[in-house]
Amino acid sequence: MSRIAAKFASLKAQGRGALVTYLQAYDPDPKTSLAIIRGLPGAGADIIEVGVPFTDPMADGPAIQRAAQRALKAGATLPGVLALVRDFRSGDATTPVVLMGYYNPILSYGIDRFCVDAAASGVDGLIIVDVPPEEADEIEPQAKAAGLDLIRLVAPTTDDARLPQVLRATSGFVYYVSITGITGTRSAAKDTLEEAIPRIRRFTDLPIAIGFGVRTPQQAAEAAAIADGAVVGTAIVDTLAASLDEQGHARPETMRLVLDQVRGLAEAIRGAAR
Amino acid sequence: MNQSAPNSFRQGPDNRGRFGQFGGRFVAETLMPLILEVEQAYNAAKADPAFMAEWRLLLKDYVGRPSPLWYAGRLTEHFRATAPEGKGAKIYFKREELNHTGAHKINAVMAQILLARRMGRKRIIAETGAGQHGVATATACALFGLQCVVFMGATDVERQQPNVFRMKLLGAEVRPVTSGAATLKDAMNEALRDWVANVHDTYYCIGTVAGPHPYPTMVRDFQCVIGEEAKVQMQEAEGRLPDVLVAAVGGGSSAMGLFHPFLDDPSVAMVGVEAAGRGMDTEEHAASLNRGRPGVLHGNRTYLLQDGDGQIIEAHSISAGLDYPGIGPEHSWLHELGRVQYVGATDSEALEQFQLCSKLEGIIPALECSHGLAHIAKLAPTLDRDKIILLNLSGRGDKDIFTVAKHLGVQL
Repeated sequence: MSRIAAKFASLKAQGRGALVTYLQAYDPDPKTSLAIIRGLPGAGADIIEVGVPFTDPMADGPAIQRAAQRALKAGATLPGVLALVRDFRSGDATTPVVLMGYYNPILSYGIDRFCVDAAASGVDGLIIVDVPPEEADEIEPQAKAAGLDLIRLVAPTTDDARLPQVLRATSGFVYYVSITGITGTRSAAKDTLEEAIPRIRRFTDLPIAIGFGVRTPQQAAEAAAIADGAVVGTAIVDTLAASLDEQGHARPETMRLVLDQVRGLAEAIRGAAR
Repeated sequence: MNQSAPNSFRQGPDNRGRFGQFGGRFVAETLMPLILEVEQAYNAAKADPAFMAEWRLLLKDYVGRPSPLWYAGRLTEHFRATAPEGKGAKIYFKREELNHTGAHKINAVMAQILLARRMGRKRIIAETGAGQHGVATATACALFGLQCVVFMGATDVERQQPNVFRMKLLGAEVRPVTSGAATLKDAMNEALRDWVANVHDTYYCIGTVAGPHPYPTMVRDFQCVIGEEAKVQMQEAEGRLPDVLVAAVGGGSSAMGLFHPFLDDPSVAMVGVEAAGRGMDTEEHAASLNRGRPGVLHGNRTYLLQDGDGQIIEAHSISAGLDYPGIGPEHSWLHELGRVQYVGATDSEALEQFQLCSKLEGIIPALECSHGLAHIAKLAPTLDRDKIILLNLSGRGDKDIFTVAKHLGVQL
């Protein structure tokens, strides 16, 4: 069983949803980034999404755009991100790691070699934002062969006719984009989610995580209860950004502030356990 | 380049929106349903004689088409004067700069706005670099009473103030984009972000032959009016086809519009001129085909300026309209097949021809097409006198006089 499947199975047995956290690799620098990511499981993150910095993050809001710029300035490259995952993996054998990013850096690295190297570095799944199912044959066979899950986004605009096609191309879990929009700009109402998630469940047995617009512990708890997990990204990136000094460097309290926030989210999700 | 030539160069793209390996629909799932809807609407519209008739009427009575074909006699003689004996090709201009709003952009904009209306969209968004596409879109929106928001890099807002003011006069909102390097590519990112967030009432009017399928095909089809007219006009003027077509390429819409109708005429050579900025071998240029490599950005696979890690590199050109690190996917395909030759012209070469054309022909060309003129300055003296070169004079240079004055050290 993959780490992702094992994690969702174990959480299901505990009767609660997963907390999926998102941070950009190398934000604000490789050392701080690794230290925070290493601290995430202890703070209560169940699955770690690592953003791969890209110059042109089309689907991301201003907070994550700025995070990408900080990370690139700090020297982030795709090989560097894989090295960071390897370092994390050397101390944690069970927490799933998902890379989220855009296609061009992978294309540039070489698809075949990337899938092999990512799996060897301890990556469990990929979210490649700008590769929809229509283009998935470019990377699906290689990802599958390497044992990497391809996690797909499902949006409110993904209608019933299209949904089966998207889900057929998905493994690991389904990432439900709860709003029509970019990351971190607005939030979906609870009753909208209560309608949306059963619609997806009609077509899949895969776990579903809700992201884009999940900010507060209460929203995370609701999302994790309605679906199988909540993805919190922008809110954590905001905390990190607010903790930096004027030059954009980490302060001594940066790591603590980020992990405290994750702890708050994790407690809310655990408190809402079914 | 080791591919066998297809039977026709005009049959692309395939049903995935690909020209060979280029093109496609590399967008987030949030955008995918919209893209499919645009494709469906476009296919229905182009098969609808009423839609095409309405567009043609607008081109005739509002845009002012057909645009004239002009024999640039003084420029021809100028190059002949220093050319070897018997050399110095005849130079013709396809005068797209005489269109309403001063550039070719309006051709495809009118059609896209009609399409948006058919789709029931009330709000139009567009990206713009030099401001020509933004002005064209704002114009069409004014004509049809639609809300218009134009995304423009903050850097470009600064250097294209006259066009920014024009768009505002036309009732459009201009949103300066400060993310990234604050130029055309970032404006396009921001427009795509706006589109996902305003799915239900918004149509994204893309200005060039790039972006996710169906845009490269759709914008090409609507710009082909340039080449179709030119073919007929050249028959009337010379009784034959031109020998060489020349056009500047940024995203490549003016070049594609001229080239495409001639692609299956083997006697017609074609040259796309990229902005070589401060020099093709410096780090400041916009020569995606000559100095880039294939990658994926803004919904399509195409040649891109990028670093070894696949991060996109900023382009540079004196012309804001060519200042883009990618190019339309069909150009990438034609480049690899060798059907079109892609060369470069520098900022200073373009500046020189900008002035020469103004003085000799009484036509102030846009800095974009001054790059095409810069190549003609090299090419014409090498060709026999009976050869014909046809340039797409895609825009007028009024918008560029401030930039040019600054480079010439003139205080306005």
